[in-house]
Amino acid sequence: MARPVPAWKAALLSLAILALFLGGWELALTAGPGAGGPAIDPEYAALLGQAAQQGGRTPMPAPSQIAVRLWELLRDPFYVRGPNDQGIGIQVAWSLGRVLLGFFIAALVAIPLGFAIGMSPLLNAALNPFIQVLRPVSPLAWMPLALFTIQDSSISAIFVIFICSIWPMLLNTAFGVANVRREWLNVARTLEAGTWRTAFRVILPAAAPTILTGMRISIGIAWLVIVAAEMLVGGTGIGYWVWNQWNNLSLADIVIAILMIGLVGLALDRLLGLIQGWVSWQE
Amino acid sequence: MNKPYGSPYVSVEGIARRFPGLTVFSDVWFGIERGEFVCLVGHSGCGKTTILNILAGLDSPSDGGVVMEGREISGPALDRAVVFQGHALMPWLTAEQNVAFALACRNPAWGKARLREEARAVLAKVGLEHAADRKPAMLSGGMKQRVGIARALAVQPKMMLMDEPFSALDALTRGSLQEEVSRLATEAGQTAFMITHDVDEAILLADRILLMTNGPNARIAEVLVNTLPRPRIRATLHHQPGYHALRDHIMDFLVTRSRTLAGAAPEGYDPRDPPIVRLAE
Repeated sequence: MARPVPAWKAALLSLAILALFLGGWELALTAGPGAGGPAIDPEYAALLGQAAQQGGRTPMPAPSQIAVRLWELLRDPFYVRGPNDQGIGIQVAWSLGRVLLGFFIAALVAIPLGFAIGMSPLLNAALNPFIQVLRPVSPLAWMPLALFTIQDSSISAIFVIFICSIWPMLLNTAFGVANVRREWLNVARTLEAGTWRTAFRVILPAAAPTILTGMRISIGIAWLVIVAAEMLVGGTGIGYWVWNQWNNLSLADIVIAILMIGLVGLALDRLLGLIQGWVSWQE
Repeated sequence: MNKPYGSPYVSVEGIARRFPGLTVFSDVWFGIERGEFVCLVGHSGCGKTTILNILAGLDSPSDGGVVMEGREISGPALDRAVVFQGHALMPWLTAEQNVAFALACRNPAWGKARLREEARAVLAKVGLEHAADRKPAMLSGGMKQRVGIARALAVQPKMMLMDEPFSALDALTRGSLQEEVSRLATEAGQTAFMITHDVDEAILLADRILLMTNGPNARIAEVLVNTLPRPRIRATLHHQPGYHALRDHIMDFLVTRSRTLAGAAPEGYDPRDPPIVRLAE
């Protein structure tokens, strides 16, 4: 049944769905632009001033308006006009920097520790209760504690990324290492390969695909969490930018931010997938 | 041939494998002379693989021990190479790198170029130089097991241990590999111990064939001396005088006597010196 589908067919259908969605969206907004609008409290209208003429509510932007705005933003993504007005490229770069930093520190801790846990049933049993309790904790729950102890909002955000990305890498590394095929270990033993050679030449390559799966899950979670963390921490980053645009009621910018977050997340996942392809093996 | 009270090259002395309430085998004694090829034949569950793993040092007996060149075996070592049943090649390495891994363990001082060159030389011995750069996934079952044999040969072991190395292969491939192993072992005077189900394989390769009764409480029922002259050629083996007697004897053992002899040992059975059978030619 599952015959391979030509790529162009799938792409064509994707484009058609996108066109239908955007077209419907555009049409829905032009057909009834706040027709009539609800009655507005005069005092509220006085407060809003000019905005009252729009019917008292911010209209949902149409795709065409979003596209124009997207072009504006992308034409100069790296401008800096004061702390509260920086290009979208800069904001994404801030978020990406935090995610990558937190992620790499987590990898530096999780992979060696996972290796040790995978090799030692004792360590596994001893650390398992801690891991099981800490793993389900929402990374944002750490935020107040991090802010209090670290006293630096930017480092706190990195810490939250660290704490949320450590678990999948730790567990996957431990699992991959503990489940290296017995016969390969026996080969290493009969060849008197020694601890280091066995660890780096047998166990590491054997567990590498599992470890990379853990890293891929981690970076996905880290990218999810950074948006929320930056909304809390403020200052810079795409999460903060989204919150700022919400306060400005620029809905077009929010839609654009969603698009950017999705595209960057996709790129991160693909990158890890690429590395996973390099280290994976088949029998 | 079997000198239980002398000191053979490898001496298996009273090894046993016991679990609570179950004795798989006990009081197993046999020796392997230098340059000798010994096959162990028996049904599943009699502890053959355990015996091989004990010889390899991967497993330890519940009782008894193994002495090689006057020293007790206490763990795996480079002087005993194992050809595993499921080849056990590392799939992320090419054939050449798999062999080079073993060579690097044997010769830590060798550089990359030297390892490459020597690995290719060993692969050439098993007729695989053309496939040196392929990963195991790109090799056929027979080629994989050839690499497994090359890896074992690469460390120039004092003894080769083979656990049904050809059982997963088709008959044609198995035949050519058996011949290859026969040639390699004879040329190098390689001491070898092999587990097999295949009667013809045992007759082609072995100097002596140990016949084990069914488990539990398995024991070596008898030691069959293979008097067929070498070199033995697979294609003509069955025309050699004495072949059919050997084959019938082993078949009879596997089909009926391994079962009827199982359990308590008969009167006068000495586990240190099981009956030696030498068929009239």
